[in-house]
Order: sequence, then C-alpha cells, then structure tokens
Amino acid sequence: MNWEPVIGLEVHVQLLTSSKIFSGASTAFGADANTQACAVDIALPGVLPVMNEQVARMAVKFGLAVDAKINRRSVFARKNYFYPDLPKGYQISQYELPIVGEGRLTIDTDGGEKTIGITRAHLEEDAGKSLHEDFHGMTGIDLNRAGTPLIEIVSEPDMRSAKEAVAYLKKLHTLVRYLGICDGNMQEGSFRCDANVSVRPVGQQELGTRTEMKNINSFRFIERAIEYEIERQIDVLEDGGTVVQETRLYDPDKDETRPMRTKEEAHDYRYFPDPDLPPLELDDTLIEATRQTLPELPDTKQQRFMTQYALSGEDAAQLTVSKELADYFEAAASATKGDAKTVANWIAGDLSGYLNKENKEITASPVDAQQLALLIDRIHDNTISGKIAKEVFEAMWHGEGSADDIIDNKGLKQITDTGAIETIIDEVLARSAPQIEQYKNGQTKVFGYFVGQVMQATQGKANPQQVNEILKRKLDA
Amino acid sequence: MHNKPLTQLADDLVTKRVSSVEVTQYFLSRIEQHGNLNAFITVDPDFSLAQAREADRRIQQGDRPALIGVPVAHKDIFCTKGMLTTCGSRILSNFVSPYDATVVDRLNQNGAVILGKTNMDEFAMGSSNETSYYGPVKNPWDNATVPGGSSGGSAASVAARIAPAATGTDTGGSIRQPAAFCGVTGFKPSYGQVSRYGMVAFASSLDQGGPITRSAEDAALLLNVIAGFDARDSTSVQRQTPDFVADLNGDIQGLRIGLPAQFFGEGLDSKVERVVREALQEYEKLGATLIDIDLPNSDLCVPCYYVLAPSEASSNLARYDGVRYGYRASDYSDLIDMYMKTRAEGFGDEVKRRIMIGTYALSAGYYDAYYLKAQQLRRLIAEDFERAFEQCDVIMGPTTPTTAFAIGAKTDDPIAMYLNDIYTISVNLAGLPGISIPAGLDGNGKPIGLQIIGQYFGDTHVLNAAHRFQMTTDWHQRAPSGVQQ
Repeated sequence: MNWEPVIGLEVHVQLLTSSKIFSGASTAFGADANTQACAVDIALPGVLPVMNEQVARMAVKFGLAVDAKINRRSVFARKNYFYPDLPKGYQISQYELPIVGEGRLTIDTDGGEKTIGITRAHLEEDAGKSLHEDFHGMTGIDLNRAGTPLIEIVSEPDMRSAKEAVAYLKKLHTLVRYLGICDGNMQEGSFRCDANVSVRPVGQQELGTRTEMKNINSFRFIERAIEYEIERQIDVLEDGGTVVQETRLYDPDKDETRPMRTKEEAHDYRYFPDPDLPPLELDDTLIEATRQTLPELPDTKQQRFMTQYALSGEDAAQLTVSKELADYFEAAASATKGDAKTVANWIAGDLSGYLNKENKEITASPVDAQQLALLIDRIHDNTISGKIAKEVFEAMWHGEGSADDIIDNKGLKQITDTGAIETIIDEVLARSAPQIEQYKNGQTKVFGYFVGQVMQATQGKANPQQVNEILKRKLDA
Repeated sequence: MHNKPLTQLADDLVTKRVSSVEVTQYFLSRIEQHGNLNAFITVDPDFSLAQAREADRRIQQGDRPALIGVPVAHKDIFCTKGMLTTCGSRILSNFVSPYDATVVDRLNQNGAVILGKTNMDEFAMGSSNETSYYGPVKNPWDNATVPGGSSGGSAASVAARIAPAATGTDTGGSIRQPAAFCGVTGFKPSYGQVSRYGMVAFASSLDQGGPITRSAEDAALLLNVIAGFDARDSTSVQRQTPDFVADLNGDIQGLRIGLPAQFFGEGLDSKVERVVREALQEYEKLGATLIDIDLPNSDLCVPCYYVLAPSEASSNLARYDGVRYGYRASDYSDLIDMYMKTRAEGFGDEVKRRIMIGTYALSAGYYDAYYLKAQQLRRLIAEDFERAFEQCDVIMGPTTPTTAFAIGAKTDDPIAMYLNDIYTISVNLAGLPGISIPAGLDGNGKPIGLQIIGQYFGDTHVLNAAHRFQMTTDWHQRAPSGVQQ
C-alpha cells in the first residue's frame, strides 16, 4: 500500500522583548539561575500579571506578515497543570480567542510553490527549566525563563513530507528574524518545534491517528524525527497494528522516537479565562501603526533581487535567507563596479565557506561588504584575476588589510603588459616543440598546457584573457 | 483612647498630644489583654514600635500625611514585608513576604503603623473564622459565638477596640458579614477600586479589599489612602479617585432606597428584620423614600458563586505546591508524593473542598454545564441590579439573615454555612460597592447589620448614606460590654 504522511507543526517562538510578558524582569539569556525571576515570575502569594504591550505589537507584526486575521479582542486563559518549573501551577496562554487567526505561508517544494495554512498564533508565557544534573538525585529549578513571552504558531496539517515540514520551518525561522521579533537561536530554545505526524493510505480523506513529538530543536533533528516517525507508523500499520495517540520523545543520539505519555495520561488543562487579565483589545490605529513597521519580507525581497540584480531564483533565495545576508549583498552590489552576479557568487562561495568553517554569522564577517566590493572592483578592472582574488580574499579574512594593500604587499598585481606577456609566451613556446606539434595536429586540448606554463612562469599574475589571445594568435599563425 | 474616632486619633497625633509610640503601645497591650479572642495571628511589637518611632520622627519634622502614626491591623491576607503572611493556612505558616501589598504600602507611605496581622478563615474561605489553621476567633459580644468571616479577626479587633481600624477583604461577604456580627462598619468597595496587588488571591474576579472600622467616616479616611488605580493590578480601574471624606456629608433628602423583596423573605430572622425596618424608618425621617424592587435572580447567587469562586480558587491555590516557599511535607518518595502530602497536610478541609469543587467545575466535559453556565448567571444577576438602579439610588436590606451563631454550630453543614452570605454574595458577583453598618441589637444583645449597596463606582453614595445614619444614631458607638472600660 502507498502511504501519505500528514504533518502539522506547532512552533514556539520566543519574542525579543527586553522584559517578560507579565512582569518587568529581564529576558536576557544565560544569567545565573533564578537571578532574573521577580516576585511575579516566582508566583509569590498576591502577585498579579500586567501585560507587556511590546508583546502584542510583535504578535501583530507576525500576523500581518503571514496575511492573517488579527483579532481585535483576544483573551488570556489559564492552562492548569502541576510541574515544578511552572510556578503558578498554570501557564497564562490564549485558548478560545488567540491574538492571531487564520493566515498562510508559501514554501518552495520539489513540485513548486505550496501554501501552508496557519491555523492561529497565540500569546503565552514560557515556563522555567528543570535541571536534572548536578543536584545529586534532586532536581534544580531555574525560573529565569519563566514568563518569557512566546507566540505559539499552529499550522494546518498541510505538509506531506519531512522535507516540506523543514521547508516550512525554515521559512518561518527566516520570517521571524526578518521581523525582528525572535533571534531564532534554536540551541538556546528561542525557536522550538512540536511535530504532529500521522499517515494514511494515499487517496483517503480521513486523517490517521497522530502522534506528537515535543521540543525538537534543530532542523536536522526535526527532519529525522519526522522521517523516523513516518516509517514507524507505516511499519505498525503494515504489520496490522494501530497507531496509539500519544506524545513521543525524539532521541537524537539513538535517532528514534519513543513514547512519553499516552492520550489517557494526557492532562486535562482546565482552561478558563484568566480573571487577573482583562481581554486584550487592539485598535486599528495600533494595527496600522504596526503595519508601517513591517520590513520588506523575504518573498518580496527575493522577487526584487531577481529583477533588480538579474539574479536567478536560486541565488535570490539564498541571499534572502536572512535580512543581514541580503543587506550585505545589497551593500556590496551597490558599492562595486563589478556586476551583482559576481557579488552573489562571492557570497555564496568563498564568503559562505569561511563563515561556515568558523561558524560565524554574516554580521560577524571580518570582511565587510565595502571591502568585498573593492576586491571585486579589482577583478573588474583587471588588476587581479579571479583566481588571485581568492588568495587576496583569504588574506583579507585574516585581517591582513584591504584588497589593494594585499595586492601591493604581495605583488599580486596582474601582468597586463602585452610585451611582457609575449616575452614569456615566446620562452614557453621555445621549449615546447612536441606540444606545438600535437596542437598543430589538431589536439587543441594541449592549449591548456601552454596556458599553465605561462601562468606558472608568472605565478598566476598574467592576465588570462591576454595570455589566451596572444597564445592563440601565435599558435594559429 | 480606644474609643476615639480615627480622625480624632490622627489629630491628637499630629498635634503631638500623644505620640505614635504611646498609641501603638497602648493598643499592643490591649491586644495582649484580649488574647482570648484570638483575633491576631501575628503581633510583632518590635516591628510595630519601630514604625511608630519612625512616624513620630516624621511628625517632628512636620511631615504629616493623613494617617501618620495611626496603628492599623491588617487581615493576614495582605502581604507585609518582613512580617509573616499566613492567610490563615498551615501551607503559608512560614511565609514572610519580601514585598508589601499595595494597600499596605499606601498605608505605610501615609505613616500608618502595622499593628499586626489578624486572624481569618483559611484563604478567606469561610463565614465564621473557624477554618483558620490558627483556631477560631471569638466574637467580643459573646465569646461563645463566631465573629463571622472571613475577616473575623479584623472585625473582632475593631469591635473589641484592640485596633483603631483594620483592613479586610470581601469575596462573597467577608468584610460585611463579620462587620454585621461584630457590630462594626465594614465596606467593600466597587471591584477595581482598591488594588488587589499583594492580597493573596482567593477568587480573583470577586476579591476586593476594604476597611473595617467603627464608622463610615473612619472608613472614608482609610479609603482616601488605599483606593485608586494601581498599575500593578490590571483589574484596578483607572478613573479619578474621589475624596471619600469630603463626599460623606451630602444631604440624603430624596434619596431613593430600593428594598428587594428577596432580601426580606424566607430565612430572615424576625429580630433582624425588625431592626432593619427600624433603621429604614430612620432613613425616612432623614428624607429618604423607600421603594420596593425586585432582584429576580437572587436565588441563583449562592449556586453561581459556589461554582465561580471555587473554580478560580482551584487555580489560584495551585502555586502552593511546596516547591518554592511555604510548607513542604517532610517525608515523600517522589515529586507527586511531595505534592500530595504537602497539599494534604498544608490545606484544611474547607479549602480542599473548594479546590475539589472548582477542579471539577472546570474539567473537560463539565466546563459548559458549570463554569460557563455560572458566568451566564453572573451576567443576569448584574443585570438585575442595573435594572433596579433605574428605580433607586441605593439598595438596603439586612447584611445577614441571622445574628452571630454559636462556634461549632455550622461546621458540619457547609451548605448552611454558605447560606449565611445569601445577601452579600450578589454584590460581589455584580462588582458593586456595599457596606454593613451597625443598626441595632437582637434580644440577646448581639449586633445586627444593615447592608447598603450602591451602583458600580457609586462608593461615595454608599458611604454618604451610611454616614448620615451614623450622625443621627449611636449604634456604631456601642461596644461589647466585656471590653468597655
């Protein structure tokens, strides 16, 4: 039988506010345990939540970016359950009336563009962390994260493969960083994903029983977890079994999922409207003002790069993966006399290579856009060849100075003096009688040999175009 | 000294006829003398006297805010920095708050001295003060009877003149009912008038702090300090805070007093009814007119309340889990066991009962039938009042159906206990201001309260009506015989 996977994702996005959603405590990551948890965060008797307005604006920003309905009135609800890192014994969330309603996100798939439905996005507070190591059989609780604002973005079950799921996640990841509402740091948990997976026979309308995998924190793990889970469910069904509705945990070390709790063990969260917080009312002024703050979104930017800089869809997509990268490209492209395609190639090639190797963000690149533009200028004006440029770039990366300094200091300037090149070519030809013979006999491939010899003699500095022209002229004479 | 109205006491203090240390010391000794009442959970003379000395220093320097040097007792539901805040519960029996409730903070800023923390029903759940982990409070008028609850310690201490004034909280009658039983004045402001920040939550949408004093005038004096918008409480209402004292004296000629048929029906003790009717005649003499009104959904108040309040409570009390502060069971095998033992040992029966009721009402499959239905009823009850106030300016009736009952008389019958609040609960459900003032005594010399209910944020009208009555009567000046001297 052929099986069709059905995947829906719930993504928790930590909002980049300076203070928490219902208290004034700082949200900065990495402070000593429990130093960023105030009376409200640790749920002392008598404390009350007060909504941080910045949070609502960020959620609206997201809603507008995914073309969603913004609910003028949304309601905070309490989700009740006991856990040591949940200080109040309930999480303040939104249930029946979320701030963001139905929206959509378009992804690229092998079969072309596909629109993934967004069911809703609601506001909620994060819990603290339970620390199971270093406490000698006890559990430590760090409440620094408690009360950090989140939006939970719930998708429709519109994805049909792990690859599509990852494409959606990456798109979302790009988007929230563009919007400046999330730092996207998956290791620190700023962007976390729960995946709901089921399978059904191709052609069947009814959904199969789903399982949920919680808190997966890398694109690679998400892809593997979903793939594993699809395989597992198909195996179960093909062996005549039934899939149990349950929450499963993905173990990246073993690359498998295993049961965490079943539906019967699932909590009854006893949601009810939080009496401490009035409904969140948004007026058109706030929504319109927020709309004005929307940056150019990735899809629009990609289209513009294709038309404005004559880039391929693939190049444009790669350059717009982050706003910072796109900004870098535009800065370099407008500063250089060379063409935009060359800039794109340099970014995708050497620059990305070095960044990846040293695990650096584009904003931390030691070679800035202006410096890269200058280097490309030197290729453009024939001061150096593309090949020499790689050597110059490496030196620039290591802080040896500007392109011009390095070219001067290392004597890398290209030889463009026709007379000088002719002299060298003549010397090469003088000691290459057998190769000349071969060339004359139609083995034109040997042309590369002459070029190589000339380049070797000039340490790569001869202008390749001139070398080609002069060689051709002399050989074909 | 202990019979002086607050205004006079405050005046004596700023004119240095007496020092705050002297006044504080005086009331601290009275508390000790009347220790049998069990009105206080915590008294900390060093703490109070240090505040009193600070007040005296401010007075010397000419800094004279409204309540400078006046000792005020706080219901043990208000967080007080550096002093125990137990909420009448074992589970908070070791809790010292690192911060002051807004009500406490505002009183402190205005120079008031914290006289101590008064006894109360555990987590304000009770109408007799018998659910307190610290034992019942005795009614100063008759030590065999209850003082009412949940603010029983506050009401008893004001009645016994061991505190010049006190704070209380009222979720379903917890200020007004004990005020009625103890023959003092207890005012529950409109919901949102007084900040709930730092007031241990029982049922957030109903809880409201307010003063328990000997007169409406004293209440107004306290309200001028404690009322008003607080940015730390999202349910506090942002509007101009009136001058409660200045608004006391308005003429009530032509005041239309609504009398709900439902407040004078079955279950109302005849002696209580007689005293209330006499008080109403007094109002007629003052120029008011009496109008019969209808609150048709009154019979739904108690069931509605006993779904909503426990629902909110079941969630509000989840934080007492033994993890971060408060009582934790000593022996446990794992996390769940720790939770279960801590809460089983830390909470009393009435609290557990309400947590269970609330948990049930919010559960999947029951939510619509209970919680949601109760919310709809709450709307109907509020609308009853809105319609009634088209015909009248204030509503009056008895605060309670009977006078104070014997300690132990209703502890085994929660429903009978709940029915004590039959006239007060609707006021909380509708978010309205309400006061109970002493209106007379029954045949056994036990006090009877008259309840006055106002429109939403018509707090000053309620106090005005109460004050005019107290200007021509002396019921509020009567003290229990045992504590006169």
